[in-house]
Amino acid sequence: MTKESDLKALMTASLQGDSIAHRSLLTALSGHLRSYYKSRLLRSGRPAEETEDLVQEALIVIHTQRHTYDPEQPLTPWVYAIARYKLIDHLRRTRTTTADVPLENAEYILASDDNAAAESQLDLAKLFERLPERMRLSLQYVKLDGLSVAEAADRSGMSPSAVKVNIHRGLKILTALIARETKA
Amino acid sequence: MKTNELISMLSSQVDPVDTREVVRNVRIAILVGAAASLLAVVFVLGVRTDLNEMHAQVFLVAKLAFSLSVVILASHYLVKYIRPGGEFRVRFALTVLPFLAAMIIAAISLATAPRSHWETMVFGSYWLECLIAIPTVAVVPFAAIMSAVRRAAPTDLVRTGALAGLVAGGVSATAYALHCMDDLLPFIALWYGGTIVLCTVTGAVLGPKLLRW
Repeated sequence: MTKESDLKALMTASLQGDSIAHRSLLTALSGHLRSYYKSRLLRSGRPAEETEDLVQEALIVIHTQRHTYDPEQPLTPWVYAIARYKLIDHLRRTRTTTADVPLENAEYILASDDNAAAESQLDLAKLFERLPERMRLSLQYVKLDGLSVAEAADRSGMSPSAVKVNIHRGLKILTALIARETKA
Repeated sequence: MKTNELISMLSSQVDPVDTREVVRNVRIAILVGAAASLLAVVFVLGVRTDLNEMHAQVFLVAKLAFSLSVVILASHYLVKYIRPGGEFRVRFALTVLPFLAAMIIAAISLATAPRSHWETMVFGSYWLECLIAIPTVAVVPFAAIMSAVRRAAPTDLVRTGALAGLVAGGVSATAYALHCMDDLLPFIALWYGGTIVLCTVTGAVLGPKLLRW
């Protein structure tokens, strides 16, 4: 199996709502994105610290725009187009020339992998504080503390379905906040 | 924030998504835009009154053949360009075919006519109306299409904008053909073709501004 067919299988599953496949897909892609951005930023004379911001921004786009992927097409060009678009957008915002962003073969994005995960300049805790309390608590209990939905419902006094709804809405707001922050 | 924290967060709740929705949105927008253009032409400009005559029908069909082939070709490419990387998959050189055909037919009809008729054949009676009406009527379909495209994620904003303008111009020309009384092939090639190209260029210019995400 090639990388493309592995990743495409994960994508196909994640489009159907398989969150385990989705996590594996994003994890695999983050390595390729990191390596792509590191080399491109170096080439454009930008600080390497910007790599992780771009990786995360691209992951958010891949997540929120996954409905724009055409399952009849290979996945690699779709990922590459997003990665390159975000790079050009970033360089333009930081007033660097975009003339030296070459157009590679789409497969270039899978050519190398870098799993030395670093931190972006985003402070998740600060973003959390901007969420309404019920959403913040639901996310905190289930996502960060690892409680089950039932346990979180007990502890917060909400019904389990309210916890689920609050997680869902909270995540939506949070991804929007992150997307906005990485643009600022 | 650590990247694996972000990944956990993003993959904690993964809803199934419909990958065909973006294309459906654009198709609906084209239909809505076409309906709006038709209403504008029928109620503001009025349908030509001689449609029961054979001559008028023949030229109406000729105009529709040109404008509808533009719409069909351009929308075929547009729905590919709205997805990231669509520009790697297809080029849309084929969209020049209707224009090329119109120009060849116009050239033949000019070549076979006496030189003294050329001015009338090119300018007709209402070239100015055509020049203003087609781009104006194209505004609503263009806005509808662009707002649908914005809900997707094109990565080549200039070409996507150009294709949106091309579709909108074609839709508008289709509606305007119901009103237009100038039945001359060179007129159609120049003023229909020219105004649709104008819409395309406008789309290409506005694309990067309106479609950024």
